[in-house]
Amino acid sequence: MNAPIAIEVLRERGQREVFCGLTGIIWLHRKIQDAFFLVVGSRTCAHLIQSAAGVMIFAEPRFATAIIDDRDLAGLADANEELDRVVDQLLARRPDIRLLFLVGSCPSEVIKLDLSRAAERLGARYLPQVRVLNYSGSGIETTFTQGEDACLASLVPQMAQSHEAAQLLIVGSLADVVEDQLVGLLTEMGIEQVACLPPRRAGDLPAVGPHTRFLLAQPFLADTARALEARGARPLPAPFPLGVEGTRGWLAAAAAAFDVAPERLDAVVEAPIARARAALARHKPLLEGKRVFFFPDSQLEIPLARFLARELSMQLVEVGTPYLHRAHLQQEIEWLPEGVRLVEGQDVDLQLARCREARPDLVVCGLGLANPLEAEGMTTKWSIELVFTPIQGFEQAGDLAELFARPFVRRALISGAGSTTRGAAA
Amino acid sequence: MKLALWTYEGPPHVGAMRIATAMRGVHYVLHAPQGDTYADLLFTMIERRAERPPVTYTTFQARDLGGDTAELFKNAARDAVARFKPQALMVGASCTAELIQDDPGGLAEALALPIPVVPLELPSYQKKENWGAAETFYQMVRAFAKKDPGATPPVVGPRCNVLGPTGLGFRHRDDLVEVQRLLASIGVEVSVVAPWQATPADLARLPEASFNVVLYPETAGLAASYLKRTLGQPHTRTIPIGVRGTEDFVREVAELAGLDPEAAVARARDASTGRSAWYSASVDATYLTGKRVFIFGDASHAIAAARVAADELGFKVVGLGTYSREFAREVREAAARHGIEALISDDYLEVEAAVASAEPELVLGTQMERHIAKRLSIPCAVISAPVHVQDFPARYSPQMGFEGANVLFDTWVHPLMMGLEEHLLGMFRNDFEFHADAAASHLGAGAGPARPAIPVARAVVAPPADIVMAAVPPANAPPATVRAEADAAAPVALSWAPDAERELGKIPFFVRGKARRNTERFAAEQGLTVITRTTLYEAKAHYGR
Repeated sequence: MNAPIAIEVLRERGQREVFCGLTGIIWLHRKIQDAFFLVVGSRTCAHLIQSAAGVMIFAEPRFATAIIDDRDLAGLADANEELDRVVDQLLARRPDIRLLFLVGSCPSEVIKLDLSRAAERLGARYLPQVRVLNYSGSGIETTFTQGEDACLASLVPQMAQSHEAAQLLIVGSLADVVEDQLVGLLTEMGIEQVACLPPRRAGDLPAVGPHTRFLLAQPFLADTARALEARGARPLPAPFPLGVEGTRGWLAAAAAAFDVAPERLDAVVEAPIARARAALARHKPLLEGKRVFFFPDSQLEIPLARFLARELSMQLVEVGTPYLHRAHLQQEIEWLPEGVRLVEGQDVDLQLARCREARPDLVVCGLGLANPLEAEGMTTKWSIELVFTPIQGFEQAGDLAELFARPFVRRALISGAGSTTRGAAA
Repeated sequence: MKLALWTYEGPPHVGAMRIATAMRGVHYVLHAPQGDTYADLLFTMIERRAERPPVTYTTFQARDLGGDTAELFKNAARDAVARFKPQALMVGASCTAELIQDDPGGLAEALALPIPVVPLELPSYQKKENWGAAETFYQMVRAFAKKDPGATPPVVGPRCNVLGPTGLGFRHRDDLVEVQRLLASIGVEVSVVAPWQATPADLARLPEASFNVVLYPETAGLAASYLKRTLGQPHTRTIPIGVRGTEDFVREVAELAGLDPEAAVARARDASTGRSAWYSASVDATYLTGKRVFIFGDASHAIAAARVAADELGFKVVGLGTYSREFAREVREAAARHGIEALISDDYLEVEAAVASAEPELVLGTQMERHIAKRLSIPCAVISAPVHVQDFPARYSPQMGFEGANVLFDTWVHPLMMGLEEHLLGMFRNDFEFHADAAASHLGAGAGPARPAIPVARAVVAPPADIVMAAVPPANAPPATVRAEADAAAPVALSWAPDAERELGKIPFFVRGKARRNTERFAAEQGLTVITRTTLYEAKAHYGR
């Protein structure tokens, strides 16, 4: 891990087939269980979240949209007064809410509705019952997972100042089960002070200070990392906890920073690594040698591609990512096989043309492209599932491989070649 | 500004996309920020379309706003024409692009493209999806269906166009097949179907028919009125849903085509296998009598469903509403025919409260009401958009025509408990496997009795006398939650004796609230302060006469 290696990155600017940052609300509202996300936007915003959330969620959601209408735009209604009224209405209905995010959207950004002032104003009214924060999930500023980055960055100034001895902060939303596993491993290694951002409840926001070391659990948290550094916290350079190698490297970064003896680290990870390797071995015969093509989506593409190449021996045809943060991804990029085609940004029609030309065995892409590509005879994996599924850590390495194996298994099953494939996959 | 948890309709540009995806040979260039491309997945995932929607988005970002978003639009339009080679281009803006006022229509015109360009002005902050679809279809018809005085082709026989089916439409694909069969059976030729699978060239042939069949006024109403105004083509107004609706539709078509209406109905009937009327008349269906049904959807489907429910299945319509404000008048009139007040709202929470307080035994609604009904443990069937992947079944499943009536019979009746099962539940309500808290077997093991209490504030109103206490009710709901609902209803201090409470618990949940209120009212009128088991049955006799 010295100077960044020279890699060639193709930058594209054209039509992007990606979600905007509002989409992050779908998992963030489940993660922080007493938070409510109020998008200040248009009917399109409301429709987007509803459609992206697997069309509909059963429970009454902890997100909603304050839909701007022509009265707000024409100045017939004071947009700030209107927003206050909507928030009053909302909080009266949901007295259980402790943290309210006002989430900016493309329209609210373009009409320059100042949500930070609105959050201050409303916060003054509702504190201490409800803390009111704001961030932007607009498509003109954020791509998909960058919405989480903006949300977490807005939490950082709210974190108390920590004067304690060294503590470790895990940054980025993980499934609760994954978070518990990783914290468990760190504790076993002897790192006692471990906290997570975001917390599961608004009141449990961890403290931060010069003794804080943080580990990114997700690759898309550039602004959050900057905000933490501004509070004196120091980042621990590490790969991302995907697959055996990534998870081990991630834990090793913590171990090194907290003076955990290498033997202790090895002892703690030995059994889970053995389990993970066994789980991966079941899927490897089906995946090795297969050629995979990534369309840009969540910024997880590079760590995922690294995992597929190194632990499952897949071949990378093209790895697209909406945004490439070289510093955070340094280790990941070094681990990529030489000569891989990295693409930052997107021009979807050009990329589709390259994909058709390359005829990969597996295409990792968004929901707008998956069925059309399947209809053309390609095998696809929806990328959004990789964001909504517990995939990090040793115990999930096999599940992660299975997500990529399933399209092949399924295709074989329904094409009548099921019996032989089942043998290979089992 | 309006607080919205769920929305029944998307923005108007999604309506425009439904026209673009339905048609062939068109491409839609949408000035929109990144993120708006989510709309593609509505078509590729919900409708399982095998092609991407014919839409190019400019996907501008913040850094473009200071620069030249107009240039971005022009490049996108030029590239789209070169790449996809459409016969015509639709251009417009989504909500954000509307604010930056780049004028896609003017920009496209300045490009001097080799194909016709139809600019769409869809005000995102006022209008919604269905209006957007209707306006877009109207603009396309206006652009291409021009009367050519020089060439009036001879109308050989009765000939019509069929207007309305779009992409992402609720059963449009199958309705169209059914209606085409129906028209063929009475000897009416179909000239053009639009927008479904129509090219701009097909739209130019619209004037060749003598009248139009409008399947969905929500999407085709504006275009049909325009064709009537400019070409003098009359159009149908009856929606062919249900046996009666279908027969009325055939009569209307016959009259427009200059055929004998009754003879046409006879021919249409002969050509079909309508079972729903006999099934409804068969003794097995007597248990359907007076079932309380709450109906909500787009206006056409809701009004038609209410008619079928009341006149063909013998249900009692206890709620009727729509999220389509454009058609509020029609829905209010229909509700008045059923003796109730219409609910005109696109507020999901308001609809939920209305369903809870109407205490229906069946909900016919959209996917939203399916969720409401699940939460309230009420059987439900979906009759209208907004659509869900389940609304594109693999099998042939029209809503319209005689086959559609068969489909309605099955899909509305199957969620209910069957006649004998219902009787058994009524008779052995306290049986250890059959008791009030046990879920009905057909709902599966996962369907527990948990019915979250929804606080329903309501005034004490005089209930219709005929539903005070149903005679043979199913009892598959817990009593506890209903107590909470009814608590607010007691106008005077009255107490319930334990035996009366127990007896009340045996009454099915959906009428228990009314039974409690009526008994209390009866007791108050009689000057009683304690309600006993006897009071309960006296009240039943009093109101049930």
